[in-house]
Amino acid sequence: MMVLDRMNTATTSAQRRLIFAHLTVAFAALFIGTFFGVLQTLSHANAIQMPPWFDYYRMLTAHGVLLALVFTTFFITGLSHLAVYQTESYPHRSIALGWLGFWLMTLGTVMATFEILAGNASVLYTFYAPLKASPWFYIGAALLIVGTWFALLEWLFITGLWRREHPGERTPLPAFMVLANYIMWFLATIGVAIEVVFMLIPWAFGWVPGVDVLLTRMLFWYFGHPLVYFWLLGAYLVWYGVMPAILKVPIFSDSLTRLAFILFIILSLPVGIHHEFSDPGIADRWKLLQTGLTLMVVVPSLMTAFALFGTFEEYAAKLGKTGFFGIVGSLPWGDPAFAGIALAMLLFIFGGIGGILNASYTLDSTIHNTMWVVGHFHITVGGPVALTLLAATWRLLPALTGKRLFSVGLARAQVWLWFVGMAVMSFAMHAEGLMGAPRRVEHYTYGGSAIAAAWQPYSLLAAGGGIVIFLSVIAFAIVLFGTIFSRPDVTETESARAFTFALARPGDEAPSAFDRLGLWTLVAIALVIVAYAGPFYQHFSEHVYLVPGMRTW
Amino acid sequence: MHIHRLEKIFLGLGVITLAAFFLILIALQVGESFKPPASSMTIDPTKVASTAPFDRPGLRKLPNGSYEAYYVGQVFFWRPSTLTVPLGAKVRFYVTSTDVVHGFLIEHTDVNLEVMPGWVSTATHVFRHSGDHLIVCDQYCGAGHADMFAHIVVK
Ligand code: HEM
Ligand SMILES: [Cu+2]
Ligand SMILES: [Cu+2]
Repeated sequence: MMVLDRMNTATTSAQRRLIFAHLTVAFAALFIGTFFGVLQTLSHANAIQMPPWFDYYRMLTAHGVLLALVFTTFFITGLSHLAVYQTESYPHRSIALGWLGFWLMTLGTVMATFEILAGNASVLYTFYAPLKASPWFYIGAALLIVGTWFALLEWLFITGLWRREHPGERTPLPAFMVLANYIMWFLATIGVAIEVVFMLIPWAFGWVPGVDVLLTRMLFWYFGHPLVYFWLLGAYLVWYGVMPAILKVPIFSDSLTRLAFILFIILSLPVGIHHEFSDPGIADRWKLLQTGLTLMVVVPSLMTAFALFGTFEEYAAKLGKTGFFGIVGSLPWGDPAFAGIALAMLLFIFGGIGGILNASYTLDSTIHNTMWVVGHFHITVGGPVALTLLAATWRLLPALTGKRLFSVGLARAQVWLWFVGMAVMSFAMHAEGLMGAPRRVEHYTYGGSAIAAAWQPYSLLAAGGGIVIFLSVIAFAIVLFGTIFSRPDVTETESARAFTFALARPGDEAPSAFDRLGLWTLVAIALVIVAYAGPFYQHFSEHVYLVPGMRTW
Repeated sequence: MHIHRLEKIFLGLGVITLAAFFLILIALQVGESFKPPASSMTIDPTKVASTAPFDRPGLRKLPNGSYEAYYVGQVFFWRPSTLTVPLGAKVRFYVTSTDVVHGFLIEHTDVNLEVMPGWVSTATHVFRHSGDHLIVCDQYCGAGHADMFAHIVVK
């Protein structure tokens, strides 16, 4: 094992195998999911019609679950293992907990995917009750979530050990970012775990006659919003931690990075009701309260934008370049990892602006449940997050396999195609959503309606964008398999350096309060109580009817 | 911990903008000019067909000259499937479902409701233009979701 320095410690081959296992499932989900995505855009544009034995909605359920839940969760968990193993190095410590989590997640994924493809769970990735799926779908979803808890447990043990051995020092920043993200995620998943285990599974088996529909939605969105921050913080781990290393400059500010992640732990959770602006049974004052909190969670992303531009400026300054065009021109665009991550950041500017619009329920009422929303999350999770992870792969792959990229040119093409395709598809979706096109609809006819006919050109444009993204996926697969099946030709030192985390600049040490994750967890829980006490009190003081539910597909 | 002067300005401007957005929403809610739908009316989902006024979905005129419209969503259609509304009418919509969650979107208006079994969702709209309005179901409800729509004719 090569020990470089504290932050650049190489991983052991046992650890690399665990990480690679996570990526394998993530890529399988990516390939299947994006193939379905293209078929969806074509069906929307009325260019194809899905056959009854493989209908649109089971495909859409698979697309949402495989990409938004499986691809993201597996990739981010694998990446997080790497961040912890590299920066709190215990090469001989058992990674059994990591494997246990991986196998639970994989088992859950296989179960849920099987039920979806068999047509027993066409309930979409939000599985709103009282659409009643096969119980095995819900059990699979629960296993996928519970599996991630074991990964967190492993990192808590490792970090506890590290802190005991390094009294007075701050937790290494990458490990800190991972823990912050997964503590937030853990708090969020408790909501959906309660929903699935105590409400949906007993009901799907027929042990209880009905389900409290609004309660399942409140629990789902209590999880569903932090879910999007879980994705985003996976990307931020790369933006804050790896991007400066690629540019060989120090972290912009260690303290402010920690502060941003602390704000995410606190503010990601108490905002789920902004997905329920149109629901009955939740008073307008609670909707207003959570809107205020939603606007606050923009602040750490503003801090991120500043830090990243600062990082670019510092890199350019080393080369003697200043001014906007000087800086942009000096950046290493030929490096596919850099280019992809930078393009992902660019997309997120539009995703962030859209998010602020959606948070205002005055505007939300015109775009709620329309294709605008689909455009929005493709330019947040589909663009910025997924592109960051795919671009990071161009450095992870050499680091994990000890092999050179099969084709740097094709990798470069891959990130640009993804960027262009996502931008076009998302723009078209936003546009048709503003014109009233509803989401989650297999074709737009509405009895020959002229309104629906006006959406058609944008549906076609979205399909064009979708095809470009799929070309990117093909390029990705070629470089991925080409690299995996080539012979190792990079020395271990070199490969370890391909994917490293940046160091803080000397003297930039965060205040010790920033390192007290337990404290911030308590603050987060307190804020959850503030935000949700009202809605839950209202809910439990009303007479609520339980609904039997049914299979409508 | 050091925060750059430019970063303070940048974050300050950001926070002021966000606060302004929030103040606007507070003003709209306090001034009663825009509130999100938040009805807390419930209904037994298994007895919608026998619960007045949903036993006879359609339009009612109130003594004060405004209207109420009662809608029932069910896989995969809306009742009434066509509603005729006088031009200029102010209509309060009451929408419920007998089975799963549906979405009640009147195209090119602000009426956009999640319709849940067991609950009655409400919204108000003034019809200022004559002609045909398309209502679509904008929440996935099953195999026939794409063909769940209705019309409002304003004249
Ligand atoms: C080739 C690339 C992709 C294409 C062509 C594509 C296309 C689409 C289309 C057309 C829809 C809307 C379907 C509808 O509302 O009827 C959709 C939904 C969705 N997509 Fe994608 N997508 C792609 C990649 C991604 C990626 C990378 C992610 C996330 C990592 C993602 C996440 C989602 C989610 C969460 C939904 C919502 C599913 C639902 O409404 O239940 N997509 N996609
Ligand atoms: Cu959200
Ligand atoms: Cu529907």
